[in-house]
Amino acid sequence: MIRRTRVLEIIALLPLGAFLLGYVLFPIVTGIIASLSVEGKFSLTRYQELFGPGSSSLFESIINSTVVSFITVSLSALLGIFIAFVLLQLSQRTRTIAVLVSVLPLAMPPLVGVIALLFVFGEGGIVPRGIAMLLGLDRPLFYLEGFLAIVAVHTYAFHVYFILFVSTALQKLDASRIEAAESLGASPLNVFRNIVLPHLRPALLGASLLTFMSSMTSFSAPLIFGGDKHFLTTLIYATKLNGDVDLAAAQAALLMVVSATFFAAMMFSRDRGREESVGKGVSRYGVQKLSRAPRKAVVTLLAILLLLELLPPTAILLISFAREGSWTWQLLPGEYTLENYSRLFGDPSVFRPIANSVLMGCLTVLVTCVVGVSSAYAMSHGVLTRVRKVMDMVLSLPFSIPGTVIGLYLIIAFGGPTFMAGGAVLIGTFWIMPLAYVIRTYPIVLRSTCSSLDRIDGSLIEAAEGLGAGALSRLRRIILPLIAPGVISGALLVLILALGEFVSSILLYTPSNRPISVEILSQLRGYNFGSAAAYSVFLLVLVLALTFLSNRLARGDESAEISGFNF
Amino acid sequence: MLERVNLQIASGEFFSILGPSGCGKTTLLRIIAGFEQPTEGRILLDGQDVTSVSPRTRGVGMVFQNYALFPHMTVAGNVQFGLRHKGATTSEIRQKVGKILEAVHMENRADAPVPLLSGGEQQRVAVARAAVVEPGVLLFDEPLSNLDPALRASTREEIKTLQRRTGITSIYVTHDQAEALSLSDRLAVLHDGTVEQVGSPQEVYDRPSSPFVAGFLGNATLLRGEIDARSRQLRLGNLVVPLPSGFLPPHTGPVVVAVKPENVVPVREASSLNPLVRSVEYQGFTTSLLLNLEGQDIRSICVTSTLEVAPRPGQSVPIRIDWDRCSFFPKK
Repeated sequence: MIRRTRVLEIIALLPLGAFLLGYVLFPIVTGIIASLSVEGKFSLTRYQELFGPGSSSLFESIINSTVVSFITVSLSALLGIFIAFVLLQLSQRTRTIAVLVSVLPLAMPPLVGVIALLFVFGEGGIVPRGIAMLLGLDRPLFYLEGFLAIVAVHTYAFHVYFILFVSTALQKLDASRIEAAESLGASPLNVFRNIVLPHLRPALLGASLLTFMSSMTSFSAPLIFGGDKHFLTTLIYATKLNGDVDLAAAQAALLMVVSATFFAAMMFSRDRGREESVGKGVSRYGVQKLSRAPRKAVVTLLAILLLLELLPPTAILLISFAREGSWTWQLLPGEYTLENYSRLFGDPSVFRPIANSVLMGCLTVLVTCVVGVSSAYAMSHGVLTRVRKVMDMVLSLPFSIPGTVIGLYLIIAFGGPTFMAGGAVLIGTFWIMPLAYVIRTYPIVLRSTCSSLDRIDGSLIEAAEGLGAGALSRLRRIILPLIAPGVISGALLVLILALGEFVSSILLYTPSNRPISVEILSQLRGYNFGSAAAYSVFLLVLVLALTFLSNRLARGDESAEISGFNF
Repeated sequence: MLERVNLQIASGEFFSILGPSGCGKTTLLRIIAGFEQPTEGRILLDGQDVTSVSPRTRGVGMVFQNYALFPHMTVAGNVQFGLRHKGATTSEIRQKVGKILEAVHMENRADAPVPLLSGGEQQRVAVARAAVVEPGVLLFDEPLSNLDPALRASTREEIKTLQRRTGITSIYVTHDQAEALSLSDRLAVLHDGTVEQVGSPQEVYDRPSSPFVAGFLGNATLLRGEIDARSRQLRLGNLVVPLPSGFLPPHTGPVVVAVKPENVVPVREASSLNPLVRSVEYQGFTTSLLLNLEGQDIRSICVTSTLEVAPRPGQSVPIRIDWDRCSFFPKK
């Protein structure tokens, strides 16, 4: 019995091992080797170049990225904590709706969010134009550009991390703890400072680290709004476009180290902050309802914020109906039509990116499920459980590698014939993008499967064993049915991310294999705002539907917390 | 949920509120503490109406069912929390914390982080934290329900000792009759939101005021019968049982008789009561029997060593019922 289980575990580990070695480790190592060698010899030249004189653009980009990230974290924390607390002041029904609206920005695919904000607050955006017209000016008074625009996009998306983290933590706060403090004489302010805040600390730390990491590795916003200013990710992209792939590899190594450090810190803080279980009894955070007047004030402010959050997707929806060329100087587009949508599905060349993305998305789901489920099973059964924590870190690491770095290292590793590709060159073929997607997303399925497996009551397995079920039968009839919802919800999340993926696609796409996101960018560059918006709406609707489905399946599943994906 | 609850608790008294789950006892406790507001009625503390006073300034200490210890503080940090908010000086705090931790035998764990404590230790810290501020009233919300049985008995004694020593008026909510009986000076039995009976443990146990109290507190069986006043006989179905001489039941006519299991004694000699043994449960020191008398189930419990015959299921066994120790209620 034991021996057969061992064999099963080892078999389960094979796809993971092969995948990790051949397609994750190999490109990273190849990329780093490329950055360390000149004409086949070991050399630190590129790194000396990085930090030596004449490398002002690198320093500039590090400073720019860091500054933007710090401001993003501060603003996101302010906004997110405020919203999380005000949500508790709402009645149950209003809260449900408000929560849905408040997490919407996170569901927007990277590029879509950027474009939506561009339409609303950008130089030709609706709001600046409206204000200018209202005041009778011929130039807008203000509009978002450069630093400010990037910070705005980041805050728009990442403050949701704070809402989610803080809300979850507040739900876990035992109400009797607050009552105990109150009856011992602590004032409301004291209760907040001594009981609530210490309880929230791990959540705040986690959200801050996640936001900082996402902000550092963000690509879309700096690309669209950055202008001539360089950021770490856009610098790598520019260096690669200039043809100096090896220097780009060195820059990418730097970004990877930064990102991995923050990721490790985040994982560490998450483990530290895990709440010891509380006994039975009332366990909800009895936030005191504010008295009428202040409550009205904060709820009104929340309503305004949520309306502001709804503006960008609404604008995209509106513009998707605009006739091409009818929105030049007007406040809103002058003519409306269904043309953009009919072209989307009627014109084969316009439909092509959608077909590409869907096909690549499904392929990604298939591979991530095989790799994720089998390795999760191997990790929770048998020998590997002992090194579980380490494995967890190692396996989740690709999640912390910025999309720009993955794209670049794949170019370096598979730009020539390799054993892993059966002696072929992968770059320029269909297969390279699904591979990038798999690398970026498989930790999600791994995570959701692991947490589903952890929640299976061990006595169920023992009961099955006692009733005579062998290892294979236990797996097929007990374990798989029980983890299915978790796996599927993880798979749906993978599909969502793959459909909207932009950061590594922009480096890897071929003309025949353009995904939706890259097509949106090229439509935007061609001033075809209507088409770009129609693609975005299509993507957004798809993502929202999948998110809804995934949430339904993963109700009460902590792994379903929306994972950080880089803008 | 709570109705017509009118309780007066004397200073320094240990008072229990006993009732089945869902009877409203925890709600009553939370109203006394100020965590919930009654829709009507008042809470008086030392003659002062505190109904609208916040829990913060009410001067009421509470030991929570799940202890509600602050996990990010040490044992001492938890215990001194209340003293700090009362504005005690550092030396005062140190002295009082040391004293109370000694009283609960936790003086060696003062600097231990709370999550590392065992359940029993957490429980003692919770008591110390609530008692150290010397509140006007100390409230206990089923504080022993998360402990294992062996620990429960010893902790029960510790709570009693601590209360005696400090003299703090205590209100103790529980559904465990043994806890209520052993700890309390007086207790109230709560049922469906109303007080069924208030009295000393002996009073309530020996003279329950309703069939519910008899059933809940004494584990009594309720028999339906009829008392004939003139012949002083109790009719149970087809059986006619003479009542002991000198015993005058308070009611005649149709009655409900609450018979506690210890008042049903198997005997060797012949008896007019020969119920069928349905089951025998050996419990070591005691043995309990489930008997069937004239179609009505009746429980018996006796010290195993005093059992003169070993009853077997399916047999009938002669019994004696001590009617003068039973409670009689008029049948509605």
